[in-house]
Amino acid sequence: MATEEYWRWTESRWTAPDKDWSKAEIVSAGVDVGSVSTQAVIMVDGELYAYSSRRTGSNSPESAQRALDWALDGTGLKLDDIRFTVGTGYGRVNVPFANKTITEIACHARGANYMYGPTVRTILDMGGQDCKAIRCDERGKVSAFLMNDKCAAGTGRGMEVIAGLLAVQVTEVGELSLQVDREPPPVSSTCVVFAKNEATGLLREGWPKSRVLAAYCAAMAQRVATLLRRLGVEEDFAITGGIAKNIGVVKRIEDDLGIKALTPDFDTQIAGGLGAALFARDLAVKARQAA
Amino acid sequence: MITAGIDAGNQTVKAVILKDGAILGHSIAFVGADTEASAQQALDEALKMAGLSRDEVGKVFSTGAGRKLVSFVAGNATETTCDARGAVWLLPATRTVIDVGAEEGRAVRCDAQGKVTDFSVNEKCGAGSGTFTEAMARALEVSLEDFGQMSLGSQQNIQMNAQCVVFAESEVVSLIHAQTPKEDIARAVHDAIADRITSLTHMVGMEKEVALIGGVARNPGFVDALRRSLGCDISVPDDPQIVGALGAALMAAG
Repeated sequence: MATEEYWRWTESRWTAPDKDWSKAEIVSAGVDVGSVSTQAVIMVDGELYAYSSRRTGSNSPESAQRALDWALDGTGLKLDDIRFTVGTGYGRVNVPFANKTITEIACHARGANYMYGPTVRTILDMGGQDCKAIRCDERGKVSAFLMNDKCAAGTGRGMEVIAGLLAVQVTEVGELSLQVDREPPPVSSTCVVFAKNEATGLLREGWPKSRVLAAYCAAMAQRVATLLRRLGVEEDFAITGGIAKNIGVVKRIEDDLGIKALTPDFDTQIAGGLGAALFARDLAVKARQAA
Repeated sequence: MITAGIDAGNQTVKAVILKDGAILGHSIAFVGADTEASAQQALDEALKMAGLSRDEVGKVFSTGAGRKLVSFVAGNATETTCDARGAVWLLPATRTVIDVGAEEGRAVRCDAQGKVTDFSVNEKCGAGSGTFTEAMARALEVSLEDFGQMSLGSQQNIQMNAQCVVFAESEVVSLIHAQTPKEDIARAVHDAIADRITSLTHMVGMEKEVALIGGVARNPGFVDALRRSLGCDISVPDDPQIVGALGAALMAAG
């Protein structure tokens, strides 16, 4: 393992301070096993109760278990108390305790609908290894989407590569990229590997790190804005995923599109897991009615 | 008449000295921060090999991604033009030229005079260029030379899922952890890049004979993979990296 882990972002866990699960009718869970991070979300009667967000390890079933254990930690809840669990994300077939799997597109839209409210019509999910632009209705049902999962440009992995090159923590890239007097022209290379070479050249020309990061964040924003334009952007607009925490990219996407993204009250990485937990509750209710 | 061609690529600069239909000297130098200085160095080395001084050379033409960064030349021509011209001069039956360099892949269709009739280029994505094989050799911790050779010893056909260089690096690491033989990983990598180059070639409509040039043509694992992927034989000239520079020297000669 590298000694300098510039990619390392903050793992998090949260429990609702004023909720008591023991009086609940249905406890449901959603687990989103992404390529870079895994989230476990627990809901009590359709209300957010607890969540955790951790780095995905090399073993997907273990990562799912670790995320769930951490979300349950200190709540008194046990796996048996959860009525229904939905797995989603890139590694969704590897959630051993899931009752069902649902695609991350459906889960992200549903989760964003809860996180940002029913006025959200366009969601940009910027994940570790892919980027999705999703349109949805007032119930969070997907009406159209576009996705890039072939190329690292515009994904978290791409940002990690550049952060590593500049020896800047990936969580500090956004703030640092805004510390420029004037916006530089965006990095012209699409490919992350070529962009890295280009950034090396800019450093050699004497550019400060902040300016190089500004040029890279701008290129990333440009790329995802193109994806959004192809899909068509309808407000309200929200950004989810790890890159939603990078103010340098978010601000430049807003400037490029000429619209503001809604400000989240929750960790932006939990949208997929939250959507999965909401679907899990629906399925638990349906199962009970059928019984 | 003595002319010279300089091919300022993304990773190396190549120079060729040509006299009345014979190559007198050639050289390859890495590109430093200053393309012009690297081009000058490559030209000086080629002159040394030819036993000539700068004054004895007539026109010099440049080509390559950095062709406009070389100021001491009489003119420049595109890589596509020079690739076709140089390849047909060396191998007259050539009608399709495939050039795979450090950061670009190119398929060029041409006539018997080496004139371009159609072409297709990838310069946006590292997965269709030498960058891909270099990164994967690094992930396997073997030299690029060994990596190409290693591929020929593969016993088993496996497939890469990732297309992107960055994602493929992680995939190769996973394959290593899963105890996949290095030979099989090497072959999968070469098959993946060969498939992309084949798609690029079919975009221009392949016509035989096919010549492969550029730095990646020196990689026997890639040559083997491309032969299988295209389903036909391909010719590789002795010095596949200098064909663009040769084309530029031919352009300088008129």
